[in-house]
Amino acid sequence: MRRVAPARRAAAVKVVGPQQWILLPALAVLAATLILATPIKVFGLTLPEPVMPMVLAFAWPLIRPSVLAPVALLIVGLIVDLFWGNRLGLWPMGLLTAYAVVLVSRPFIAGQDTRLLFAWYSGVTALAFFIVYLVTTMAAHQPPSLIALFFQFLPTILVFPAANWLVDRFDDGDLRFR
Amino acid sequence: MSLRESPFENLRVPLGWSAGGALVIAIALAIFLLLSDRSEADEPGHASVRSGFEAGAAPVGGVFAAPVRWLGQISDYVDDYFFAVSENRRLREELASLRAERDAVVALRNLNSQYEALLGIRVEPDVPLVSARSVSEARGPFRRARLIDVGRDRGIEVGNPVINEHGLVGRVTGVSDSVSRVLLVTDVTSQIPILVDRTDARAIMRGDGSGNPRLEFVRGNDSVEVGDRILSSGDGGLLPRGLPIGVVARGIDGSWRVKLFSDRGAIDFVRVMRFDNFSQLADGSTLDSPPLAGLDTAPPPSPEVVARIDDAQGRRRAEAERRAEVERQAREREAADTRARQAAAQAAAAREAPAQTAQPPAADGATE
Repeated sequence: MRRVAPARRAAAVKVVGPQQWILLPALAVLAATLILATPIKVFGLTLPEPVMPMVLAFAWPLIRPSVLAPVALLIVGLIVDLFWGNRLGLWPMGLLTAYAVVLVSRPFIAGQDTRLLFAWYSGVTALAFFIVYLVTTMAAHQPPSLIALFFQFLPTILVFPAANWLVDRFDDGDLRFR
Repeated sequence: MSLRESPFENLRVPLGWSAGGALVIAIALAIFLLLSDRSEADEPGHASVRSGFEAGAAPVGGVFAAPVRWLGQISDYVDDYFFAVSENRRLREELASLRAERDAVVALRNLNSQYEALLGIRVEPDVPLVSARSVSEARGPFRRARLIDVGRDRGIEVGNPVINEHGLVGRVTGVSDSVSRVLLVTDVTSQIPILVDRTDARAIMRGDGSGNPRLEFVRGNDSVEVGDRILSSGDGGLLPRGLPIGVVARGIDGSWRVKLFSDRGAIDFVRVMRFDNFSQLADGSTLDSPPLAGLDTAPPPSPEVVARIDDAQGRRRAEAERRAEVERQAREREAADTRARQAAAQAAAAREAPAQTAQPPAADGATE
């Protein structure tokens, strides 16, 4: 078998490392969460509070299967829990469930139309919210308000363009995963 | 020995399988953390991790939030500009109605202090307040909490009530050296014992993640009406009695809800009440002792007080004697008058009696 010289191989293969598609998006998502938690009112309205890491839970398994991504998602979820004051493990549970569903369904939805991706994103977001709702109901012995739930679910699905951009940006970026 | 030279050089695990394995481990870890965490105030779970994270997150959040705060200030400026006239009108009306209430409050406060002094009531001590600024806020259905920029270094403790200029906001559930976490009354785990101002009826106000907490365990048919003021009842000793909370409204699901006063105030400034709950104030050994053991005689009065008391007693005695003397003289005068009237009457009767006996019965014979 003919071996390719290392110098030539490096030049031919474009490598996208975990820093680019895992670390930087994770930091960006956490920064957005911090900013949106600012207690201000703009023209009488408070800022929305979308669950920004849902973008990662949807985009990462579509970009490529990875060992690092679930670990990073767990860490991001824990940071969000600590920041919002939730029970530790609440949002990691929801995010990782969404990640698992997208990972299993990856062969069916990768490369599909944006509208289908949006529908799938909304579906897995609803699933993650349902799990978090269930856990919170059991822990607090009463269900949270469905109206309040809707007002967090809505901005969360509206950040789908960020997830779609992430998929477009990285799913074809590394020649080894084409 | 490098990996390439090891016996595992040719071992290839499919990427999907390894990713799935990592996923299962991560989910198991999340479940473990979820089961091991108790985030309630009475049993803080991973408290040191939380306080450490919050101490670090607060300044970072402050830096990230600076541009957003500027945006908020611009919006406030625009609001002030466009709504200054209507705001001014509203404030004038409010001021006019509050003037009468202010006078009534002054009179009532004076009367109340007199009653307290007369009855010897042990009133609650003044609660010191600490002003703070909200650094961040969680507004979701699963957690409603705030981070504020004061902590243990300003004497804040877990359980301290937090208010703004309009009413109750929540209470402190976590403290680090310079940052505290406030659980809002709208949080799904928040339960506050309240009373209805009009009827003095008791109930529990329970948050559900929405903006308007629910009233539960309301007894009686007419104990609550729309528009009733809700105050903290102080039951359980965690909150002082009488903190304003909101007014009663009907929810779209038909349940009793509370429109919070604290929503009217600034969103980012609060005050923490350094309030010791009653369970901390009470001494267990004193409560366990026999009922009369705690009683003691009053301390002996000072010479000044004794002199004042003697003086007051002397004055009272002299006044009583003077009144008794006046009454005695009046009685004597009245008795003398009575005697004189009786003597005159007897004399008149004695003069008329002989005249009647000296008349002859001729008149009787003449008529016959």
